[in-house]
Amino acid sequence: MENLLNIFVKSIFIENMIFAYFLGMCSYLAVSKTVKTSFGLGVAVIFVLGITVPANYLLENYVLQEGALAWLGEDFANIDLGFLSFIMFIAVIASMVQLVEMIVEKFAPALYTSLGIFLPLIAVNCAILGGSLFMQEREYANIAEASVFGLGSGIGWLLAIVGIAAIREKIRYSDVPAPLRGLGITFIITGLMGIAFMSFMGIQL
Amino acid sequence: MKALRNLIDNIKPHFEKGGKFEKLHSTFDAFETLLFVPNTTNKNGVHVRDAMDMKRTMATVVLAMVPALLFGLWNAGYQHFMATGQDPEFWPMVLHGFLKVFPIIVVSYGTGLIIEFIFAQLRGHEVNEGFLVSGMLIPLVLPVDIPLWMVAVATAFAVIIGKEVFGGTGMNIWNPALLARAFLFFAYPAFMSGDTIWISGLTSGEGIVDGFSGATALGAAVTSGNIDKFSLIDSFLGFIPGSIGETSTLAILIGAGILIYTGVGSWRIMLSVFIGGFVMALGFNAIGSTPLMQIPALHHLVLGGFAFGAVFMATDPVSATRTARGKYIYGFLIGVFSIMIRVFNPAYPEGVMLAILLMNTFSPLIDHFVVEGNIKRRLKRASVNA
Repeated sequence: MENLLNIFVKSIFIENMIFAYFLGMCSYLAVSKTVKTSFGLGVAVIFVLGITVPANYLLENYVLQEGALAWLGEDFANIDLGFLSFIMFIAVIASMVQLVEMIVEKFAPALYTSLGIFLPLIAVNCAILGGSLFMQEREYANIAEASVFGLGSGIGWLLAIVGIAAIREKIRYSDVPAPLRGLGITFIITGLMGIAFMSFMGIQL
Repeated sequence: MKALRNLIDNIKPHFEKGGKFEKLHSTFDAFETLLFVPNTTNKNGVHVRDAMDMKRTMATVVLAMVPALLFGLWNAGYQHFMATGQDPEFWPMVLHGFLKVFPIIVVSYGTGLIIEFIFAQLRGHEVNEGFLVSGMLIPLVLPVDIPLWMVAVATAFAVIIGKEVFGGTGMNIWNPALLARAFLFFAYPAFMSGDTIWISGLTSGEGIVDGFSGATALGAAVTSGNIDKFSLIDSFLGFIPGSIGETSTLAILIGAGILIYTGVGSWRIMLSVFIGGFVMALGFNAIGSTPLMQIPALHHLVLGGFAFGAVFMATDPVSATRTARGKYIYGFLIGVFSIMIRVFNPAYPEGVMLAILLMNTFSPLIDHFVVEGNIKRRLKRASVNA
């Protein structure tokens, strides 16, 4: 239980997808103009990460890894399908994103239009694939740990994008020098937010 | 006084539109308004009728920092002579501290004001007074023995990246003084932590008394596991090593009194920072599995930069939350995160600065949700009545 809590806190703050690894920057920079839309996108990312990481965990451990197919019988015990992991992970992610897209279109059409192309683009959001690959690399012990890691990473991403959206709403009336307006100042804000998040670096849980 | 006024009135036309030095108007304006109350009024933006204009607000904050500064001067000398095993009178201590601290203040103000003036000229706005406070805050949060070039680099970073790119005073998201400190902390970690930098003379290795350690209380707690050397009353009065202005909680509280009495600093934030820190420290006392967790809650509040951060950094009206309810949340979270970073992160015993930077990041978000919450509640009330 304590272990799960550690993974959760770690994936939100210490190993934040945005500020520690700079993953998922494209939608983070593009959709963070208002708090409302970025909140919607953040929830979508939590949903996708929370489902794909455990799903890919099952795939990895019962299908793809070397010896993972042993449950089928002795003949399959030394098959290694590891070379398929990228394409399988992406396939799972893409189908989940399709699902999210349909749900959002059905239940929140306003959000659907404001998110635009960035909703289907979650499929190629590096934070999502990154989540699955980190799960593979860190070899979590069981599916509970993998799901907690997925959810935590999603929440960390949501926190980052909502935070920067609020800042961008606030500086809308600021007298930012003309060449920096738009993306320039957003990059600077991201860097300074990174400094603030460095407070968590090196915490051992 | 009259002669000065006449002189200014005489040269004023040169700086007006069409004059010889038209380009230097904002520089001239800065000096004129510093010397005399201006008789011009705002042409755009909000029109608040109050005797407190920005210059007087900033001057009040600087005044509130004076007790901490004076104590810092004395303490710099006191710690130095303790370390070298001498026992001088009161004035030599002050003099020693003055000779150490004054150059830092000059460099900080010099660098910052030059950049401010350049930006004001280039962008054609007036020179803002915000730097009067930041320029004083920066020296107070630095160690005594810091090389002066580092002060200059950090100040330049804070003023340009922390403030001017956002449009100058009043528009920044993060407190510039804290950014300067954080910048130094991450860029030159060897200089900003350790046992020798907090007391002047230790880095150059002047005759040190045997067995003397210059570590701050929190640094000592991390390495040796106890803070027995630093009694509660010593830490409260400030006879401990630390950054120039942060050691004496008493002097800081005098400043807090000035800020609260004049209404410049928000008591909501100060109070909730202390409550947040106290509650969190009590919680850790209950767990008590590491030496840092066992530091008594009250002791936590007087160690390190906690009090200084709560009174002078967290209350910065620009980077803090604007809504009353948001201020309680913001302050409370600063207190909680400060103690958490202190306890969990052995690399950064001075967690206060980072906690405030972190909450600066989220203060617009807190405000956003408070305002949204108000809108929702009022809509509900309106529809019930209708």
